[in-house]
Amino acid sequence: MATNLAQKPTASADKHVPASLESVVIRFAGDSGDGMQLTGTQFTHSTALMGTDLATFPDFPAEIRAPTGTTFGVSAYQINFGARRVLTAGDQPDVLVAMNPAALKTNLEALKPGGTLVVDIGSFNSRTLAKAGYTSDPLEDGTIAPYQVIRLDITRMTLESVKEFGLSNKDAIRCKNMWTLGLMLWMYGRQRQSVVDWLKGKFAKSQQLADANIAAVNAGHAFGETAELAGDMSHSTVGRAEVAPGVYRTITGAESLALGLVAGSKLAGLDIMFGSYPITPASTLLHQLARLKEHGVVTFQAEDEIAAICSAIGASFAGSLGVTSSSGPGIALKGEAMGLAISTELPLVIVNSQRGGPSTGLPTKTEQSDLYQAIYGRNGDAPLPVIASATPGDCFEVAIEAVRIATKYMTPVILLTDGYLANAAEPWPVPDFDSLKPFPVQFHTNPENFSPSSRDAKTLARNWAIPGTPGTEHRIGGIEKDFNTGNISYASDNHQLMTDTRWNKVLGIADDIPLQEITQGDATGDLVVVGWGSTFGPIYRAVEQSRAKGLNVSQIHVRYMWPLPKNLGELLKGFKQVLVPEMNKGQFATVLRDNYLVDAVRLNQVNGQPFKVSRLNQVIAEMLA
Amino acid sequence: MNELSPQKLTAKDYATDQEVRWCPGCGDYAILKSVQKTLADLEADPANTVFVSGIGCSSRFPYYMATYGFHTIHGRAPAFATGIKLANPDLDVWMVTGDGDGLSIGGNHLLHVLRRNVDIQILLFNNEIYGLTKGQYSPTSRPGTRSPSSPGGSIERNLNPCNFALAAGARFVARTVDTDQKHMPEILKRAHGHRGASFVEIYQNCIVFNDGVFADFTDKKAAPERQLRAEHGHRLVFGPNNEKGLRLNRDKVAIEIVTIGENGITEDDILVHDETDALLAQMLVTLDGPDAPVVVGVIYCNQADTYDAGVARQVAKAKIAKPNADMKELLFAGSTWTVD
Ligand SMILES: Cc1ncc(C[n+]2csc(CCOP(=O)(O)OP(=O)(O)O)c2C)c(N)n1
Ligand code: SF4
Ligand SMILES: [Mg+2]
Repeated sequence: MATNLAQKPTASADKHVPASLESVVIRFAGDSGDGMQLTGTQFTHSTALMGTDLATFPDFPAEIRAPTGTTFGVSAYQINFGARRVLTAGDQPDVLVAMNPAALKTNLEALKPGGTLVVDIGSFNSRTLAKAGYTSDPLEDGTIAPYQVIRLDITRMTLESVKEFGLSNKDAIRCKNMWTLGLMLWMYGRQRQSVVDWLKGKFAKSQQLADANIAAVNAGHAFGETAELAGDMSHSTVGRAEVAPGVYRTITGAESLALGLVAGSKLAGLDIMFGSYPITPASTLLHQLARLKEHGVVTFQAEDEIAAICSAIGASFAGSLGVTSSSGPGIALKGEAMGLAISTELPLVIVNSQRGGPSTGLPTKTEQSDLYQAIYGRNGDAPLPVIASATPGDCFEVAIEAVRIATKYMTPVILLTDGYLANAAEPWPVPDFDSLKPFPVQFHTNPENFSPSSRDAKTLARNWAIPGTPGTEHRIGGIEKDFNTGNISYASDNHQLMTDTRWNKVLGIADDIPLQEITQGDATGDLVVVGWGSTFGPIYRAVEQSRAKGLNVSQIHVRYMWPLPKNLGELLKGFKQVLVPEMNKGQFATVLRDNYLVDAVRLNQVNGQPFKVSRLNQVIAEMLA
Repeated sequence: MNELSPQKLTAKDYATDQEVRWCPGCGDYAILKSVQKTLADLEADPANTVFVSGIGCSSRFPYYMATYGFHTIHGRAPAFATGIKLANPDLDVWMVTGDGDGLSIGGNHLLHVLRRNVDIQILLFNNEIYGLTKGQYSPTSRPGTRSPSSPGGSIERNLNPCNFALAAGARFVARTVDTDQKHMPEILKRAHGHRGASFVEIYQNCIVFNDGVFADFTDKKAAPERQLRAEHGHRLVFGPNNEKGLRLNRDKVAIEIVTIGENGITEDDILVHDETDALLAQMLVTLDGPDAPVVVGVIYCNQADTYDAGVARQVAKAKIAKPNADMKELLFAGSTWTVD
């Protein structure tokens, strides 16, 4: 049933008693210029502050300002928030906010049948409809009939609400996203104060803009309060989630990664030298770290990705913690230098925020298709450890692990994250830094019998003597080195020995990482779903739901991609079937098959979207039928 | 402080025990000798000195220096050197590269290390050929160079390294010759004394693949006639009796070669070298023509703020602004809420 409220909101005499919902999925969709990402992040922030659990999925175009009104210029932000543990951004939105025809066109299909559609009819006219590729008006031709529609002239009401501030028409229309935010905050009983505070900070330089935007938020909120919005969705709340006690904040993957790297560097007792070259979705990390100079972080925006990694390796040689980061295309450029870091055995952390490939691919869409590149993608036998983060908050721990392994084993480490994790937000229990175990680096300073290639007998890590230290002057490089002296050696037996040593050093890290745990379910059974990286949320939810239906299925989520946990093969043998869902063509499945000769069944998707829980449920059910 | 000052190091003390693997007669030997002598003269602390190179015959250089050394990958030495300086600005970093390493595969990095003015010394061994890969033409090979990859003669125009450096914004540009054991240490000391990226092009003879390319101006006999040693504050003269010189043709803003005593030309007509003059520097490095000399010496030197110092300043400033920045505070930044 469509309700038309645009004309005249009437004050309701008896206030609705808010219905309490377990969870809600909202998708804000509009033109790139409409500010939907801000609406989404501010809604998220307000929601988090109320103790509700949540997960988000920002989905925006690669173009900075795609032509206005086009379908490819649509930017969306989805949030799933609930009074229970929330692990995914949700399969299907319950509510779609469409700010223009193009947003409606590209997102309506995702909306749950019978779901609520909030639409700004003020943005609908023959020109914008044509731009979006509509030949008839979807508001009139039955297209939106299956949904509960709230038609609002948001454009007009926004202009009215900010009239008194004398903004230009362009600036006034820009406040639309804040009006909409106000309305949605009211609809779900979210507090407004955090938004007001944020606007004050954002527009600290322009009182006029701050006031206008705050007025727009308030007007949207007031509209909800006074208008009679029909149906269940009109005014409801989502309670606090049952979460562990503690202090929380919201965090995106890029933020937690930056914090983890800084924390890792402090635990190691080193300063960070971060060399990077801008690329989506990795640049956020550069931006984050560039503001942390007071923590001894030096950031270097290099001329390209090769220079970025080379500067980081140079810094490690000189005694800093070298860190570099990029996305697929840039990681490809770093390949040769990674080989040098392996050959010279210097610590280095390489962060890959994966995106759709090959080549330029899908810059703003998520994918996990660089696993082969991470584990195998270098010339020569060039092993290095690879670890992957599962959730935005997990990036923190994984970053610390990367630093620990890199410095303890004198090796480059690849940390895999992805575009989804980098941008997605979740509530995060702020860790107690004092409870983290330091792993201070000991530089080698004793000149006696010094050789740059003497090794720790257990870890096989070579010693790390840095320039500036008297008596340990030495030369390193990418030419094969003598096992004992570190001098150039082309001897064939020595090359065999050195190749084996590098190989065994990296494989030996398996002794120093936790054994793989069963993430969910029994340790043996009919089916195990094995995942890695950002598929954690959907897989967890699907396995949980399937188990609730009585299906015999377990979950294993892997963090240590190389070397693999020592017991992983044994664990897999405890199950009749192994399913590996991945956002690639089956790369981890290959690794598992190669290492354990297991019949890993692939489930692959590369459409730039996270897995849907429903799809995973279906496949699990089919495999157990 | 130590009462007994350590024994002064000699050139030999800067040599490693590694067997030098250049071809007999290669110009690189002479450069190695000059560099070792320079370090001894400078009383350089081996512990604080780092030699960084790319790949090529020339880039093997660090293995022969008893300092810290990093033989990296082809073309990328400037990026490694930058990282080293950012990690520890107190280190004295020398970079060694070749005409292929620095101007072909690594052209981009060389451009940026000069533009940023990272405080290092850059020695570009120009032999106008790819030595290590057995003699293909390089970006500095003159058109018509016959090589295994250009049997009919190369058809590319050649790049002028010093002109490249000046265009990139280098604040110190100099030239010298491999065998000139007196001139080179002087130039290297100047390069070392300069704060910022100091670029030194060294004409280096590859006896195997490009023997004698520079003979027309480096041979003992030819040198006085064909080499001009630029010295700040001195007239730009050359010739066996310093009878020739450079004069500015003001109508064309060009330099012309003149002979003192001919056509009424006196010493006063000859240009005085001003190493802080960028325009003059550009004219000197691009001097061309049948009777034009090759200008060596410090051609341009004009100190400016360095990149590494700028970075260090920003870090220091941030630390002063937030003296108590600790991890806990960082973790709790932004809005938080408590669940009990
Ligand atoms: C990535 C890469 N490409 C190609 C090579 C092969 N290569 C080694 S040295 C060299 C050219 C070196 O020329 P130059 O820098 O002039 O040094 P020279 O040997 O003349 O001193 C080339 C092409 C390499 N080592 N690495
Ligand atoms: S090939 Fe040429 S440059 Fe290389 S070592 Fe031999 S003579 Fe020297
Ligand atoms: Mg060469």
